[in-house]
Amino acid sequence: MCLAVPMQVLELKENTAVVDMGGTRRAVRLDVIDRPPTVGDYVIVHAGFAIHCIDEEEAKITLQYFEEIFADETSR
Amino acid sequence: MKHLDEYRDPQLAGKLIDKIKALSRRPVRLMEVCGTHTVSIFRSGIRSLLPPSITLLSGPGCPVCVTATEEIDKFIKLGQQKDTIVATFGDLVRVPGSSSSLQKERADGADIRVVYSTFDALDIARRNPSRTVVFLAVGFETTAPTIAAAVKEAKKERIDNFYIIPAHKIIPPAMEALLAGGELAIDGFICPGHVSVIIGADAYRPVADKYHIPCVVAGFEPVDILQTIYMLLSQIEEGKAAVEIQYRRAVNFTGNEKALALLSEVFETCDAPWRGLGTIPDSGLRLRDNYRALDIETKFDLTVPRTQDHPGCSCGDILRGVKTPLDCALYRKVCTPSNPYGPCMVSTEGTCAAYYKYHD
Repeated sequence: MCLAVPMQVLELKENTAVVDMGGTRRAVRLDVIDRPPTVGDYVIVHAGFAIHCIDEEEAKITLQYFEEIFADETSR
Repeated sequence: MKHLDEYRDPQLAGKLIDKIKALSRRPVRLMEVCGTHTVSIFRSGIRSLLPPSITLLSGPGCPVCVTATEEIDKFIKLGQQKDTIVATFGDLVRVPGSSSSLQKERADGADIRVVYSTFDALDIARRNPSRTVVFLAVGFETTAPTIAAAVKEAKKERIDNFYIIPAHKIIPPAMEALLAGGELAIDGFICPGHVSVIIGADAYRPVADKYHIPCVVAGFEPVDILQTIYMLLSQIEEGKAAVEIQYRRAVNFTGNEKALALLSEVFETCDAPWRGLGTIPDSGLRLRDNYRALDIETKFDLTVPRTQDHPGCSCGDILRGVKTPLDCALYRKVCTPSNPYGPCMVSTEGTCAAYYKYHD
């Protein structure tokens, strides 16, 4: 039930945003999002609400870690 | 799709499995307490790829499943009230109560409507001013702020035919109750990702500190879960019991301040009944005095008689992780997704439904 998916912000209105994932678009509310998103940001959507604006820097850190795993293997 | 595909790379998953195999020395039991993790773990086949030393257990992570029978019976009684529309998330409709279900009530004429969001329920109230509209407020900390937002808006706009029946549950007290019960040895928790978006990873510190159990907050894609298992194993091997975050793109240690402020403006904690775990102190949410008038129990008497579960149903034990569906006499023989005896077979996130769909 806590299912939530990352969707990209296409449009912003007062307290709603139009978001998209792979061509599926919907309007979501922004009442509980941690910080106001801008167009192009990815937000995590749960039950009609954006609950979090994805932290791109943190995502990069995780992906760098994955790159290091690959690097470990090849350097062995 | 960005923020999904990166975490679904089979090659990367293979590398992480190798790392896990190299690190795993002794038998460990890791528990996930989130139905979305349960489904993701089954769907990706992670269980079959891990070394036999690692056992994954499913805990009380499915909100519909942990909703107590007395609460389901109240929802059913609510459906029987005159001029009332019951709005609910879909999974609840088929959960059996003591003698009926919302689905059966609907067949008998009750007006029960499945909604995607609380604001859909609020719209139903706006369009039906002469009828009482009640939203069944089930869900963990991920969902509760969205209900709080609807409650606040209903009060502000004076939509006086909108009510909720608060049946929310809070996850960390349930994790502590599981450990305090002492029934089960757990070596690490795969902590729920989207609950933690709201509450922050610090919420698990009491579990880690008091019970010396490593806690790692996980994302939902296969690579997220494998990295989490690796992080937990590293802690176990080093004898540590820390709170860590794997799902860093979405979770921090302090949580979503705005959602938490809204939650605490509208709700306060209360004791709550859990299927399989009994009443857990401060594990539920009730409306604060300022919003209490929106609780449907201020309008209707929803007292229900003593509840009755099917005597063979093992959902309670399965939610505590002490049984798997394979240990249940009803599983697959008579209890199936099309004819469920208990909630763990009803909800798509229920452990029994996941076993039914994905287990050989």
